Amino acid sequence: MNIVESFRIALRALTANKVRSALTMLGVIIGVSAVILLVAIGTGVQGQVTSTIQGLGSNLLFIFPGQINTGGGGFGGGSGSAGAKPFSITDADLLTARLSGVDAVVPVQQGSGTVKRGNKSTRSTLAGSTEKGSLVSSSVLGGGRHFNKSEVAASARVCTIGSTVKDQLFGTTDPIGKTLTINGQRFLVIGWLQKQGGSLSGDQDNQLALPITTLQNLTGVSRVPIILIKVTDVGQIDAVRAQIKRIMRPKFGADITVFSQDQTLGIFNTILGVLTYMLAGIAGISLLVGGIGIMNIMLVSVSERTREIGIRKAVGARTYDILSQFVLEAMMLSILGGIIGILVGAGGAAILKPLVPTQLTGWAILIAFFFSAGVGVFFGVYPAWKASQLDPIVALRYE
Amino acid sequence: MASEAGQPAAADAAGRRAVLQVDGVTKTYFLEGVQVDALCGVSITVYEGEMVSITGPSGSGKSTLMHIIGLLDRPTSGRVFVEGEDVSDMTPNELSTVRNKRIGFVFQAFNLLSRTSAVANVELPLVYSGVSGAERTKRSREALERVGLGDRLRNTPNQLSGGQQQRVAIARALVNRPSIVLADEPTGNLDSRSGVEVMQILQDLHAEGNTIVLVTHDPKVARHAERIIEVSDGKIIRDTRVHDRLHAGREIQELDEAPALVEFREADPDSDLRDAGAGDAE
Repeated sequence: MNIVESFRIALRALTANKVRSALTMLGVIIGVSAVILLVAIGTGVQGQVTSTIQGLGSNLLFIFPGQINTGGGGFGGGSGSAGAKPFSITDADLLTARLSGVDAVVPVQQGSGTVKRGNKSTRSTLAGSTEKGSLVSSSVLGGGRHFNKSEVAASARVCTIGSTVKDQLFGTTDPIGKTLTINGQRFLVIGWLQKQGGSLSGDQDNQLALPITTLQNLTGVSRVPIILIKVTDVGQIDAVRAQIKRIMRPKFGADITVFSQDQTLGIFNTILGVLTYMLAGIAGISLLVGGIGIMNIMLVSVSERTREIGIRKAVGARTYDILSQFVLEAMMLSILGGIIGILVGAGGAAILKPLVPTQLTGWAILIAFFFSAGVGVFFGVYPAWKASQLDPIVALRYE
Repeated sequence: MASEAGQPAAADAAGRRAVLQVDGVTKTYFLEGVQVDALCGVSITVYEGEMVSITGPSGSGKSTLMHIIGLLDRPTSGRVFVEGEDVSDMTPNELSTVRNKRIGFVFQAFNLLSRTSAVANVELPLVYSGVSGAERTKRSREALERVGLGDRLRNTPNQLSGGQQQRVAIARALVNRPSIVLADEPTGNLDSRSGVEVMQILQDLHAEGNTIVLVTHDPKVARHAERIIEVSDGKIIRDTRVHDRLHAGREIQELDEAPALVEFREADPDSDLRDAGAGDAE
């Protein structure tokens, strides 16, 4: 008997029990689509973080207070390691005054606040920086202007707003020149930013940019967690790094960390990569459970069809014929489930795209597909072997 | 009647070829540790074109003998030859191939694949002997036409009467042109008329030159063959030619005249069968 024949018999057996076949496949569908969707989310977030950081330019340096050990210790994020002496705006001013070969030194600080206009209100991230903040940010001005040096110096209550804030508070009307309140204080809108999409840290568009001095007045927090520096010439990045350490030494000693964009990227990629594999692994477990479901149903099917096996053997089926028939059945369940799972996973990734960055990867699809086929073979072989070993006399008598 | 031990006889006095030889076969089971001698030294030779009944009461060993003749089971000792080929020591897979090519089964319970059309059921032995699709369908159709089911090709077993199902099974047994058609109580699950019709098909097949082995406990069914082998306690106690052979065609004619008798019985006012189940107060 050839493989086409086995294929036909298996297909007929599966269509004879449509509901059962569909439910059995569901386990594999959920497993495969979960693997694909979660890997797509992991990869998408990683891709977005990478492009966000790369969008800032390769000539960027990040300075954190405290010593951050990237070798295996904790990574303290933007807030610096615990107990380290914090930066202030004057530290940034000192660097601005004494560093050479740099375009911008920007202290960056974040807070959050309730933003209101009329009866509309939203809770948003407040991003404080200086007039040079736009040089170290990937956001693009959609209209109006950024705040200028004198506004930073005067702690002026001006802001540029992200697209989510603009949509929620202003709808389609032009926000420039209008006012809104942040934590009860009146602010003038001077510009708005184009839509960027979501990221790991939430909606980047639900954000307002204001002078860092204004933000400190508003929140009462004066510690600056990170200073960004844009170097004029990428080739001079190590020289600038050395200058920074020298300038900061009198006040901070060795207690500062200077990262280049590559290092920052490396850290994020490591974290997100581990996260992606972890998600894929968890989803893989559900695929395994789906496989056990297949084995269960195949065992039921073998005992239900004992008589059929007896008939087939009586009229000339060999061990191999019965074995291949049942293995093929299990494989068809899992491969069909795998294909549907890939479609569901890809569809889910497309649907989620506006909310979470997702990116389909070929390797995740291939692995999910071959893993599901493998699950079919692995969990199908035992029931099939059991079927093939049945004694025809016993099988024919089976009621 | 038996051939010399280990030497299959090629032909009998009339020049007929031996298609099946069972030579000194024993079969011993162990049921829950108790030894059961189902067959104790059975020898049979069936020649080409014969119609033989194997008969005996239940527990006589005739089912075991049927399984051994059908190559579904192997003897504990002794040898079995099909068309002169020793099959006693074959592996299960080799036996499958011999069954496929040389033996056509007709079972009491029909044993058709449910939810599968008559044609697909008949094709089954051809599937396992690697016959191509078009050839398979052609031969299955011919076999079904041969048993009078040319108009029921696409029907599934549950759309067919018992007699029709058994005829599908006969078509399946014939389709690979086997050396022997082995029918195990073929009328056991049928009403008398369908049973006689099935016997007529088997007798017709015999008349066309097919070799048929009929296993039955029913002496009347056995008398449709030309030779009866009686088994008791695992031994052959008699092997005789049938002198008053029954002809299914004639029985059908008799049945066609029977309805009057049935009507008469139903009209019988004294019948206590009518009230059966209603009154067992006494």
